[in-house]
Amino acid sequence: MSEALLVAVLALPAVGALGALFPDRAGRLFGTVFAALAFVASLLLGAYSHTTGWFSYTPAASGAPPIVPWTSVDASWVPALDLRLHFGVDGVSYPLVVLTTLLTLLCCLYTWWHVPAGGRGSTLVALLLVVEVGMLGTFLALDLVLFFVFFEVVLLPMYAVIAGWGGERRRHAARKFALYTLFGSVLLLVGVFTVVAAAGTADLVTLTSSTVLTRNTQLAAFALLAIAFAVKSPLWPLHTWLPDAHTQAPTVGSVLLAGVLLKMGTYGLIRVAVGVAPEGARWAAPLLGALAVAAILVGCLVCLAQTELKRLIAYSSVGHMGFVLLGVATLTATGIQAALIGNVAHGIITGLLFFLAGAVKDRFHTGDLAVLGGLRERSPWLSGLLAFAAIASLGLPGLAGFWGEAFAVVAAFERGGAGWITLGVLAAIGGALTAAYFLRMLRKVTHGAASPAVAAPPAVRLSGAELVAWSPLVVLALLVGLVPAVVLGLSAAPVQSLVEAVTP
Amino acid sequence: MSVDVLGPLLPVVPLVAALSGFVLPLRSKNAAALLGIAGATGALVVAILLAVRVDEPFETVVEWVQIGNLSVTAGVRIDSAAALVAVAVGVVALAVQVYSTAYLHDDDRYPPYAAQISLFTAAMLLVVVAGDLILLLVGWEIMGICSYLLIGHDRRLPEAPAAAVKAFLVTRVGDIGFLLGIVLLGVNAGSFWITQVLAALPGLPAATVTAAALLLLAGVAGKSAQFPLHTWLPDAMAGPTPISALIHAATMVAAGIYVVTRLYPVFVLGDPSLTVLGIMAVVTVLIGALAATAQDDIKRVLAWSTVSQIGYMAAALAVGAPAVALFHLLTHAAFKALLFLGAGSIIHEVGSNSMSAMGGLRRRMPATFWSMTIGLGALIGLPPLAGFWSKDAVLHAASSSSAGWLPDVVYGVGLAGVLVTAWYAGRLWLRTFFGAPRSPGASSAHEPSWPMTVPVVVLAVPSALLGLLAFADGFGSRLTPFVVDLPEVSLSHLGAETAAPLALLAVGLVLVWVLWRRDAARDPARFLGPLRSTFDNAFWLDNVQDRLVVRPVRALARRVSTADQRVVDGAVEGTGQGTADAGDVLAAWHRAGLPRAATALLAGVLLFAFAAALYGSAT
Repeated sequence: MSEALLVAVLALPAVGALGALFPDRAGRLFGTVFAALAFVASLLLGAYSHTTGWFSYTPAASGAPPIVPWTSVDASWVPALDLRLHFGVDGVSYPLVVLTTLLTLLCCLYTWWHVPAGGRGSTLVALLLVVEVGMLGTFLALDLVLFFVFFEVVLLPMYAVIAGWGGERRRHAARKFALYTLFGSVLLLVGVFTVVAAAGTADLVTLTSSTVLTRNTQLAAFALLAIAFAVKSPLWPLHTWLPDAHTQAPTVGSVLLAGVLLKMGTYGLIRVAVGVAPEGARWAAPLLGALAVAAILVGCLVCLAQTELKRLIAYSSVGHMGFVLLGVATLTATGIQAALIGNVAHGIITGLLFFLAGAVKDRFHTGDLAVLGGLRERSPWLSGLLAFAAIASLGLPGLAGFWGEAFAVVAAFERGGAGWITLGVLAAIGGALTAAYFLRMLRKVTHGAASPAVAAPPAVRLSGAELVAWSPLVVLALLVGLVPAVVLGLSAAPVQSLVEAVTP
Repeated sequence: MSVDVLGPLLPVVPLVAALSGFVLPLRSKNAAALLGIAGATGALVVAILLAVRVDEPFETVVEWVQIGNLSVTAGVRIDSAAALVAVAVGVVALAVQVYSTAYLHDDDRYPPYAAQISLFTAAMLLVVVAGDLILLLVGWEIMGICSYLLIGHDRRLPEAPAAAVKAFLVTRVGDIGFLLGIVLLGVNAGSFWITQVLAALPGLPAATVTAAALLLLAGVAGKSAQFPLHTWLPDAMAGPTPISALIHAATMVAAGIYVVTRLYPVFVLGDPSLTVLGIMAVVTVLIGALAATAQDDIKRVLAWSTVSQIGYMAAALAVGAPAVALFHLLTHAAFKALLFLGAGSIIHEVGSNSMSAMGGLRRRMPATFWSMTIGLGALIGLPPLAGFWSKDAVLHAASSSSAGWLPDVVYGVGLAGVLVTAWYAGRLWLRTFFGAPRSPGASSAHEPSWPMTVPVVVLAVPSALLGLLAFADGFGSRLTPFVVDLPEVSLSHLGAETAAPLALLAVGLVLVWVLWRRDAARDPARFLGPLRSTFDNAFWLDNVQDRLVVRPVRALARRVSTADQRVVDGAVEGTGQGTADAGDVLAAWHRAGLPRAATALLAGVLLFAFAAALYGSAT
């Protein structure tokens, strides 16, 4: 039964993508229904996670392998090349799987009511579902080659979403996104085959549980894989595709980009790069940590001088992912746990922020902070939600964003030594700067008298579609903040094993 | 109900009121008001039950989340000091909720406002009872964001949004230190549970404890408005007046002082953090009191007075008397809430914050006049009102401490502060209630409706009588945090040494009265001469902060943004453009005319032939 669910999670969105063949409305309905089914299947998949219940934390037995999927499917694919269709889900990947199916469903629902200009709605929904298949496959793959294949599946449909339904400079942004991440993919390909050729197997469970690679292979493999994932995450200074892509993409594209796509990078770093080449990870950790903190500070400072709403949120992602990468770089259980919850929290909160920024741009036809103003005079609920999302994003304790950021700092202190403590202090300063730019944004957008651009449009009330798409994210931001165990309860054991494998 | 249930219930009751208030439609003002009042009443009832029942300290603890090897717990840790502070929070919150229904009766965004007050109350109560440092941080930061939201509530005031942002950001700068201090303690103690942290303290390296104590002090300075992070508090007056009462009396600024008493062993062991706190305190007492002498805005006088009074509490902490600090915190909560709500009534009637537009309100608003007289008397330390006993206890703690030079400085500055406080409080009293009305609003003022008058009058009772608790048996030990092993303090000591502050108080009052009498229509602050603008601008520390922090950060942000675009992204775009250009050049070569194409073809053939010949001859 659980194996069937696992296959269903992947297959349902793929079937839903066939909706592109139908007429517009029917196609959108078809796609949305299948997105909903995939979401339900992913939720049911969690029921098999623990025999003793969701929140039970059992310390991993010492020496347990880092990947113990509670459900997996393994079938031969290309026997001649020893390629296998090996999928599985464990506590590290499961929260991201649910996040993916949820956000895709919300995007489909949003598109059901609101099709951006540029093309047929059913085609857009189908493309979103193909992106979903790619993302889910990446999170579920337990075979390195399979992982690479799904990592690449995402690229072209996302290119099409940006180029087809995006803003004014969409072609340039889409091309930049595709080419830049393709550059990362080339390195990923080389890295994957370095590992596969040296180890003689592409099976992630085998690769992560025993170190078969020599030190030099590990260093080379980690360098290649880390750069590839750093482009996707993105890590400063490989981030510049992101602001353009986010700014130009349609709302649903931005939501999926920020909400899930970036997580493929950090997930890959934790699962593949650190798991397969632990010695390489130890070797590169200080550099990774320093770049992560640079990303936090640069991201925050750029946001402080930013003049466009969506661009500001895009750059805020650079800062937030910096915290996630800092957590990974510490290679401690605390740090990796912080990275996992930071990943999920960023997906929820930034997804919400992009929905809201899209709503602002749809209503007032501008995202220019100098032109916007006085939103709370025109639309108190929209402005209230924007304030909530911004406050959640600046890491207010009690909301989802806090855990990842605070415990990345904790992990840096736990790691000890002058260097790591300095990184922790700088990251904490980044936390204050985050507050500064979000409050600046709120002051420009919501406070004061309504500016001409905000006062002009006739009706600005929230629609039903918006409430349906946003309220789950609002609830989740609160829930993950108050009960972080919903994300961390499952991952404690695998993370513990991973850290044991990494620590000599 | 057992105390194990009551303890966690304390922050949960107003939290439920807040969360349900946030989803009310904007029109339902009455429901919002009732919900807010019910939340505050519930919290007050729970707090009183706890204060009555808690003799022995108790705590509850459950695991909240396990992150890596660190566990974060959720639980309360309540001693009688916590219960008493909770009662003060409940009283002030209830007064503010009732008062706001009339003060903001024509506000069209009342439900979120009332819900934010409830959330503020819940956050402060969470800080009061939290048994875990992370849980404490949750309440601590939620208070910060509530102050941001409430200070920015008034949409007609153009300066409100900036003041709100300033309040949050200045405290957030301090909170960098607070977070790092918590992290340092938690990581080294292996837990964030306060009991375990305090138990682990003696085993930690001295440098670590000192670093943690100093870092925590940064957060305390931000929240409790101590120099140099006090700059946000006077600007926060842009918030509605009941909010000022809430922030100044029982929440936010009190939180910093309270947390120091809660974690007092960290500061005792983290030498020289108490000395640093003492220096900050004496500077703050002086800056606050002197700045209050020259303000024209009645709320700003009170705001600077808060800065100065919190300085007294910090000074008491610095000389080793946390119980005295809490005593002054409680009396201050009563009389400062009274003063702000009273000032709100006056502003509501006169239609202006400026004391230049007041005068002669004694006859027109008698209930407010008598209540505020009691409040101001308590503020300057007039016997037998509440502030006299607590301020006297602070001075006594300083004079009887023998820990080096610091207590002497605290005592001296404390005495000077008494003189200045008497002067500015007397000025406020005379300028507001006496002389002739100086504006149409002041001459037509009358007592506001009962929801505004009653809280002010009710608060006059503790402002007058709370100090007598000093004579209650065991009150001093009730206020002593239970983990601290300090000598029993007596909070009441009348003797010859009381004469010095009383004499200075009399000098201050007589001085301002003499100056005011020369011309009752004019501001006695004019006699400050050239110092007046310095005091009025609070020693220009805002400008210093602007030059040293705000502008450099902004300039850095612009530079980094430009560099990111030109250099980092420039390299990417340049690579793309360069590749495209190279492609164009190559393409152009391939689009050559027939003669050149034929020549190229021939050259190519020749080249291949030559290569083949060479290769052939070589093998």
